[in-house]
Amino acid sequence: MSILVLAEHDNAELKDATLAAVTAATQLGGEVHVLVAGHGCAAVADAAAKVAGVAKVLLADDAALAAALPENVAPLAAGLMAGYDAFVAPATSRGKNIAPRVAAALDVAQISEILSVEAPDTFTRPIYAGNAIATVKTSDAKKVITVRGTAFAKAATSGGSASIETVGSATDAGTARFVGAELTKSARPELTAAKIIVSGGRALGSSDKFHEYIDPLADKLGAAVGASRAAVDAGYAPNDYQVGQTGKIVAPELYVAVGISGAIQHLAGMKDSKIIVAINKDEEAPIFQVADVGLVGDLFTLVPELTGKL
Amino acid sequence: MKVLVPVKRVVDYNVKVRVKSDQTGVELANIKMSMNPFDEIAVEEAIRLKEKGIATEVVVVSIGVQQCTETLRTALAMGADRGILVQTDVTTESLAVAKVLARIAADEAPGLIILGKQAIDDDANQTGQMLAGLLGWAQGTFASKLDPQGETVNVTREIDGGLETVALKLPAVVTTDLRLNEPRYASLPNIMKAKSKPIATKTPADYGVDMTPRLTTLKVTEPAKRQAGIKVKSVDELVTKLKEMGAVA
Ligand SMILES: Cc1cc2nc3c(=O)[nH]c(=O)nc-3n(C[C@H](O)[C@H](O)[C@H](O)COP(=O)(O)OP(=O)(O)OC[C@H]3O[C@@H](n4cnc5c(N)ncnc54)[C@H](O)[C@@H]3O)c2cc1C
Ligand SMILES: Cc1cc2nc3c(=O)[nH]c(=O)nc-3n(C[C@H](O)[C@H](O)[C@H](O)COP(=O)(O)OP(=O)(O)OC[C@H]3O[C@@H](n4cnc5c(N)ncnc54)[C@H](O)[C@@H]3O)c2cc1C
Repeated sequence: MSILVLAEHDNAELKDATLAAVTAATQLGGEVHVLVAGHGCAAVADAAAKVAGVAKVLLADDAALAAALPENVAPLAAGLMAGYDAFVAPATSRGKNIAPRVAAALDVAQISEILSVEAPDTFTRPIYAGNAIATVKTSDAKKVITVRGTAFAKAATSGGSASIETVGSATDAGTARFVGAELTKSARPELTAAKIIVSGGRALGSSDKFHEYIDPLADKLGAAVGASRAAVDAGYAPNDYQVGQTGKIVAPELYVAVGISGAIQHLAGMKDSKIIVAINKDEEAPIFQVADVGLVGDLFTLVPELTGKL
Repeated sequence: MKVLVPVKRVVDYNVKVRVKSDQTGVELANIKMSMNPFDEIAVEEAIRLKEKGIATEVVVVSIGVQQCTETLRTALAMGADRGILVQTDVTTESLAVAKVLARIAADEAPGLIILGKQAIDDDANQTGQMLAGLLGWAQGTFASKLDPQGETVNVTREIDGGLETVALKLPAVVTTDLRLNEPRYASLPNIMKAKSKPIATKTPADYGVDMTPRLTTLKVTEPAKRQAGIKVKSVDELVTKLKEMGAVA
């Protein structure tokens, strides 16, 4: 079997999500190649070539690929798949945007967000917000898979010595154009890669209070900041902070939930964290059913006190 | 411009599903079913486009069992104009659903197809992208803002690092994220009115689509359960506990 992994990157840096996808690809058994599609992204290809377990890097460097528009990347990837048995992408917003389009072009089902490789054609994946785990077997000759980053170890970023091959230029489908991006700037660690996360919920009450109470605790712990959907919807935190079934899936060493009730959709995104701490004034809050350590009380007094004592 | 909105009937989001003891699936008998929440957002967006005079007609489609008619009626009560039920008892996999939708798109020639970004039962997050791929159309997934401007539509997308805006040539496929809008509730008069709105019943065969699943579910199991831990009485106790567990230095 030969496997093509879609690299996650921003044209400058190879992102960690790629490393979990490489591990999953390795478990399929066979030669693992990585596709770096972008523009001015030679450094990314160099980094990918060093990843342990990668035999070859395909570098597609073209202006039409700069913004990773699926209209342009998917046909390129689908074309390359003539020489591969499986296409593996990280289940990031970019991977999710591109992979199904590749699957459609290949006329195969996509197996979304796999948690494990049971056999080269059999995988486990979460359904119903992670309340059930399905073991699914595909009958398709070629496989298209997205990989949940928290479920696989990261491949080492050194030790590999893959060759880099430049693949033919891409075409601009001309149907979509990148206009701009507003990326959240933060000195804190990235949510899906963070070892510690402090998340705030609706209880914070305003954007100002969210920053006033959550940020210092996060800074003290060197943590990333997350939020419940209620907090994001209310504008207390930006959308990319949302943890949950329909937000980001995280599994840090320590997850501190502040003023979050613990709705199943929220739990779906964080219940695989190693240690969960909950601060909530309602002792019946469902979050306490998954918390390793719970503290009942008013966050507006407890959080500053905790920040001070750490 | 016509807007097509595919709506899926799923287990209501308030229901905590239980895995069947024989591991063949989840318990679905006597469970409340509703429209996928992301699809309510899609219907709402389409209706708003009609209210703004941008859309001329909102057509809703559901693929699945007979009871999907209820889901279509809900969309019609919200304000959609007519429905198409593509009836099948076979497990609906995204690729087959996308193929049926692509054929309907060829018949109906919509300017926009708005889907949910994911269905909350299978959480696959793929149908819209597959549909766009089959049609060769542009796609704006995970949309939190939609701004049609003549021949194009600007879509603001929720991505891992924040927000991104793309300009898509029409016709295009859009999938909704949670913050696109807040769907309305259907009023009683509108629920009554919806009863007389037309729903055409079709089968996948009418569209020449083979629904045979590509995937077999070998088993469905419960995820590893977390044990509830302890409650501490004070911040001091919490700090001590965290240190004991090695969670903080
Ligand atoms: C389709 C769909 C998808 C969804 N996806 C997600 C998702 O991905 N992520 C997500 O998080 N949600 C998601 N939700 C929403 C989810 O159902 C909940 O509504 C949401 O998680 C609630 O957020 P919350 O816990 O902050 O707010 P609430 O449920 O309102 O809880 C606030 C908590 O704060 C406590 N509190 C109040 N004041 C204080 C105080 N002073 N001190 C201490 N505690 C206090 C309260 O006791 C309460 O438990 C989704 C919903 C739907 C329908
Ligand atoms: C245990 C189990 C595991 C499964 N695993 C997989 C799997 O890994 N991969 C796979 O492809 N299938 C799988 N299936 C098949 C499954 O039945 C889904 O139908 C299929 O994955 C569609 O995914 P989704 O509904 O989550 O689509 P999504 O792509 O999440 O849905 C997005 C949007 O597409 C539209 N849509 C989807 N279905 C319909 C419909 N029937 N009618 C109208 N609009 C619709 C809606 O607008 C919806 O919001 C599995 C089924 C079971 C029971």
